[in-house]
Amino acid sequence: MSDTKATTGGSLFTPFNMVAGLILLVGGAITVLRFTGGLGAVTNLSDYNPWGLWIGFDLLVGVALAAGGYVTSAACYIFGLKRFHSAVRPAILTGFLGYALVVFALHYDVGRPWRLPYPFIVQPGTTSVLFEVGACVALYLTVLFVEYSTAPLEWLGFKRARNLVVKLTLVLTIFGVVLSTLHQSSLGALYLIAPSKLHPLWYSSYLPVYFFISSIIAGMSMVIFEGTMSHKYFHDKMDEAHLKEADGVVLGFGKAAAFLLFGYFVIKLVGLAVDNNWHHLATGWGLWFLVEMLGFVLLPCYLYAVGTRDKNIKMIRRTSLIAVLGIVLNRLNISLVAFNYHLPSSERYFPHWMEIAISLFIVTIGVLVFRFVVTRMPILYEHPDYKDAH
Amino acid sequence: MDGNIFTLQDFMFFTKAITYLVIVAALIAFPAFWLFLTDRDE
Amino acid sequence: MAISRRKFLGWMGAAGLGATVGKSAHAASNKHFEGYPDSPGVLHDIVRCVGCRSCEAACNSVNQLPPPEQSFKDLTVLDRKRRTDAKTYTVVNRFETESGGNAPIFVKNQCNHCLEPACASACFVHAFTKTKEGAVIYDESVCVGCRYCMIACPFEIPTYEYDKALTPRVMKCTLCHPRLLEGKLPGCVEVCPTEALTFGRREDLLNIARERIRRQPDRYIDQIYGENEMGGTSWLYIAGTPFRELGKREDLGLTPAPALTAGALGAVPIVVGLWPVLLTGIYAVSQRKDKIAREEQSEAIADAVAASKEDAAAELKKVLAMKEKEKETAINMAVKKALEEAAKAQEEEAAKAQEEEAAEPPQDDPESKPTEEDS
Ligand code: SF4
Ligand code: SF4
Repeated sequence: MSDTKATTGGSLFTPFNMVAGLILLVGGAITVLRFTGGLGAVTNLSDYNPWGLWIGFDLLVGVALAAGGYVTSAACYIFGLKRFHSAVRPAILTGFLGYALVVFALHYDVGRPWRLPYPFIVQPGTTSVLFEVGACVALYLTVLFVEYSTAPLEWLGFKRARNLVVKLTLVLTIFGVVLSTLHQSSLGALYLIAPSKLHPLWYSSYLPVYFFISSIIAGMSMVIFEGTMSHKYFHDKMDEAHLKEADGVVLGFGKAAAFLLFGYFVIKLVGLAVDNNWHHLATGWGLWFLVEMLGFVLLPCYLYAVGTRDKNIKMIRRTSLIAVLGIVLNRLNISLVAFNYHLPSSERYFPHWMEIAISLFIVTIGVLVFRFVVTRMPILYEHPDYKDAH
Repeated sequence: MDGNIFTLQDFMFFTKAITYLVIVAALIAFPAFWLFLTDRDE
Repeated sequence: MAISRRKFLGWMGAAGLGATVGKSAHAASNKHFEGYPDSPGVLHDIVRCVGCRSCEAACNSVNQLPPPEQSFKDLTVLDRKRRTDAKTYTVVNRFETESGGNAPIFVKNQCNHCLEPACASACFVHAFTKTKEGAVIYDESVCVGCRYCMIACPFEIPTYEYDKALTPRVMKCTLCHPRLLEGKLPGCVEVCPTEALTFGRREDLLNIARERIRRQPDRYIDQIYGENEMGGTSWLYIAGTPFRELGKREDLGLTPAPALTAGALGAVPIVVGLWPVLLTGIYAVSQRKDKIAREEQSEAIADAVAASKEDAAAELKKVLAMKEKEKETAINMAVKKALEEAAKAQEEEAAKAQEEEAAEPPQDDPESKPTEEDS
């Protein structure tokens, strides 16, 4: 990761770089510990809590927040909303980085990471939801890589290869949506097998649908949020088209996300009704559930709507942060908070600081690579040689 | 034992495996068929 | 034997392209599965258990597990609740319940060897197999260590070797499968001094259990734990107090684990089959809309152009017409003038001629016509 030099400011020792460097150093040290001392040396995982932060955050949240790639490219190439065109590349880049990091993070979490291809080359466990997740993530990572590859190919000047990839756009986009539908929903389906461990307010046979719909919301909110960040830090890298279309993207996704959040709220209610879980609402768990539903579903839904009506870009941008946090909260609730709700508190899980450090380490790598790519390759602007309207 | 399936788990193991192969074939067949369908357009 | 065949066949075997072509569901048409016929299990009679921990010791030795921190003879271990861990396949816990008159009740816990194991359903490398000998066995050589099996197991049985860096394994009771194949009893059953553990055909065990409950209704509650829990287990339990007071969950439901995810897995191929059609359809519609929009646009432009052309043509015509009229009038005027002049000249000439000779007729009439045509 020598890209720490790639600041827009010039000096290597900016505060940001110092913090990032520190995180990388600590992360490196913990990595050594993890692969010499085993999972027990760096995590609070136990026989009761086999999945911790690295699954709850790195996998579940990571995949959900990387949904911007398929959402944006579907909007642009399948639904024909050409005004999202300038948002596709950054979204694909974050999607690709997100998935790559998810896979990277899994190498920390599973006991024998070098066996990760085993389900596909040695012995497939076809009855497992995890098998399906694994297959789709692996395939989708490949699809994202190919989709993303136009940027480095333009950067390096490989015209022929680049044009070939552009020709495949539609097929890749449809593949991407199919694979994303499958694994986004299957991440929720992972928990279907444990009805006795996940609190009834969060367990539902609709879990796959919830995960899929919320992933679309996550994708859109992430595109808005990330756009906000990019505007702040990479404004000089953006071309006219990008700047001109940016507000339209925010408005379009804000509106769509508002409506989706509304629908999401409705199907969550349906879940309560179908399983007759109303009485749980009056408990402490119910309170927490309401915090999630009201504070992180209905609130962003309303704020997005108001922002859309008033054409208030700033408001939509701020709301996107709430929506993103809502997704994080939902995934952590399902994987950590409401999971094993029946156990006494002494048996419950709380992440070890080294687990948190590794998660931070991985996010930091993501941000650094994003910066490296964005400051060099045609992501936020169109390459002058390829100004065609694909 | 061979020749019969006694558990739902085994039944799903075999049927899902076949389904996955069907899926792979379908993913390849779709673009091919679409090309066949449209290659005389315009 | 089942294992080696499974390993050898890999994908093809999984897909059933080789060995399974002839396979059919046992109870074919309604897809109801009863498990292996005559497959054995163990009945744990909690009422008879005295908490001596001999089964724990036997398990430890036949499975060559690491020696325990506290000796198996040390019964103070029972003072705290324990669970299975990476060095312990089975544990005995002591419970004191009000309904049981606060007398100590001892309950052994280990893998229940489910008829439809959640762990096997969850494992994405198919490391677990329910064998016809009743045991659910684990194949360490393919395990990736994702620990999804531990998430899935409703009885919280599988454990993990978290302290191993390179070769961590999932650890759980095997029902002494290797010993069963040799025709021996599981270690714990063999050693139990009070016959609190009985090994036999699961069908027979159910009958024995029912018989004991029927004979001594005051000692047993009328329930066999494991008969139906999550599709049933090879281990069965009978007790004198409700099982929920003995650390056994009664809210697991009767649905076998594979059925819990069957719906979601069933949706997968349907999505693969329909999404591309749907998405391509949407694409085609949006393309078509674009095309129509484009066509309409270009038509409108063409119309506009045509219209303006027409306008121009009309204007031109008008102008031309006007010009022609002007010209005509001009010509007419000119002709008139000419005629007038000619007439005048004629008159003058005639007058002159009349004046001079009066007999000669005028000769320039045919000449005046071509002048008119020329213009
Ligand atoms: S008790 Fe748990 S580990 Fe044992 S077979 Fe059932 S699901 Fe698997
Ligand atoms: S930990 Fe091993 S045995 Fe358990 S589900 Fe994962 S791969 Fe299968």
